[in-house]
Amino acid sequence: MNQSERKPIIRIDRVSKYFGPIAAVDDVSLEIMSGEFFALLGPSGCGKTTLLRMLAGLEIPSAGSIMIDGEDMSRVPANRRPVNMVFQSYAVFPHMSVLDNVGYGLKVTGTPAAEARSRAAEALELVKLDGLGSRMPDQLSGGQRQRVALARALVKRPKVLLLDEPLSALDAKLREAMRLELVNLQETVGITFVIVTHDQEEALAMADRIAVMDRGAVCQLAPPPELYEFPASRFVADFIGSVNLFEGTVTEARDGAITVRVPTLPRPLVVVQDKKISPGTGVWVAVRPEKIDIAKDDGTRSAGPEEGNSVPGVVEEITYLGDLSIYHVRVADGPEGLVKIAEPNFDRITARPFLWEDRVLLSWATDAGVVLDA
Amino acid sequence: MSGVRPRRAPPGPLEYTRQTWMRLALLATFVFLYAPIVTLIAFSFNDSKRNIVWRGFTTKYYEKALANEGLIEAFMNSITIAVLSTVISTVLGGLAAYLLWRFRFPLKPLYEGTVSLPIVIPEICLGVAMLVFFYRVGLPTGLPWPLNLSQITIAHVSFSFPFVAVVARARMASFNPELEEAARDLGASEWAIARDVIIPHMRPGLVAGAMLAFTLSLDDFVITFLTSGPDTVTFPVKVYSMVRFSVTPEVNAASTVLIVITVAVTVLALWIQNRRTVDNPG
Repeated sequence: MNQSERKPIIRIDRVSKYFGPIAAVDDVSLEIMSGEFFALLGPSGCGKTTLLRMLAGLEIPSAGSIMIDGEDMSRVPANRRPVNMVFQSYAVFPHMSVLDNVGYGLKVTGTPAAEARSRAAEALELVKLDGLGSRMPDQLSGGQRQRVALARALVKRPKVLLLDEPLSALDAKLREAMRLELVNLQETVGITFVIVTHDQEEALAMADRIAVMDRGAVCQLAPPPELYEFPASRFVADFIGSVNLFEGTVTEARDGAITVRVPTLPRPLVVVQDKKISPGTGVWVAVRPEKIDIAKDDGTRSAGPEEGNSVPGVVEEITYLGDLSIYHVRVADGPEGLVKIAEPNFDRITARPFLWEDRVLLSWATDAGVVLDA
Repeated sequence: MSGVRPRRAPPGPLEYTRQTWMRLALLATFVFLYAPIVTLIAFSFNDSKRNIVWRGFTTKYYEKALANEGLIEAFMNSITIAVLSTVISTVLGGLAAYLLWRFRFPLKPLYEGTVSLPIVIPEICLGVAMLVFFYRVGLPTGLPWPLNLSQITIAHVSFSFPFVAVVARARMASFNPELEEAARDLGASEWAIARDVIIPHMRPGLVAGAMLAFTLSLDDFVITFLTSGPDTVTFPVKVYSMVRFSVTPEVNAASTVLIVITVAVTVLALWIQNRRTVDNPG
């Protein structure tokens, strides 16, 4: 999908929200494009849910403005906004049948009963619950209840659908299936989805773009691959996936290559990166575990810097995950000196290629890591 | 199922109802609770004026009670007061519960405590206070029925609505606030939210509270005695005045009718509650 041609449907402009002296959302500005699957990702307490609730009109911003489809929402109450929400608890009305639940939003805003009923039935079909309209919510499973909540929100044909941790209450298998289904659903209905999640995998799997939030602010806003491969800060690098960080000082930065001297490593690390940075700056080099190669260190393969980066070490721990094996290799003293390497188990082997206490050589290409200065 | 029936296993540690001593205790409790009532009902059919020893079966005291105009009038008064005060108490109690659940305001704990105060204040104090109050206010007497019952009704509302409020408030503790937000998000106004989401959730509490209010009002003696005027008599007060002369089976008969009505109303209320509410929040 090409997002650049689309126009923004939500414009959040310098929005803050204070609960007493605490800023839950602190001066956030961002745009969400029409038809986009947008994720707000962050640890609990980062302000993502508060931001979502402000979009829904369930919280009033302390400062700043929110525009939805070109209209200022500051004075528009929740029940008149062109957005609908799927709540974390699903909030299915327990005393109404499934069909009444789905039709409620239409009925209460004055849609004729016959039209409301047929649209509700259509919406149930959309979420594959046709035939269950006369059931009561306590006769449904958790996954089915979530579909009711989805249908109930979609039946109103909102401009934006807001989803607050929609998958967190489902078990792992169902969660994975629902991810795909939500993406398909979004493509079918063509409505902008804004999802709040603390699960980075979920955000990576579903979203077109992700805003990573921490302590009320947006740290980085990017499509999933960019977020993963080029995190803007240590927080993002650490929050999305798993990462090895080497703290050091820039010794040289030219021709698109940055050399970083890491005190605990025998040789400086080289990173090919187009980044303006002056020598002497304290930085971190971040490398993902699966980008690192591991090989037996028999003393013959002593790679030079032009071939990439290489660090000798000793295998300290091995975690077998079936599809992957994670090696923890000691390259220096202290908690920072333990490097994680993820190796896919291509062959069905029973003998481990590396054992505890093995001397190994870790190597990675110069374009595999990133230099972070924050 | 075929073959030899397996021997009954000995009672497990938590199967209290299969243990003899527990069954005996249960039986004793039932006797203690219901023997007086069963006796009262049995003796309403006793063919004896003094009603001390059993002298044969008759229903003539039912006829007599039904023909006793004073008793019927008192009975009608009691029912009217009970219905009126139940309706008013349920509305007021429901509103109080909503207020206490929904809003935050200064001195809220004080207000919450004050609302439930009539539950703990001794009835006699409340009755005397009401007596003085009505005397000071000087409500007109000698009004036509049912306006002549307004003093008692007001008094009954004042001690029964806190029960409704407390029960309904407790019920709201299990309310999922996201339900309210979901309704608002779907376009519901405050009124629609109250009507479609909050009251349906509160309903079991309101029904239970209304049942309490009804029975409290129906059999209240102390406060009624002190607040009733000279010419408004309720059923308990009437029974009391009859007992002062002699305990005839007529009193038993009237009481039996009252028990039947109370039980019928309770059963009806329970039935309505079970039929109408799917009691499963979330």
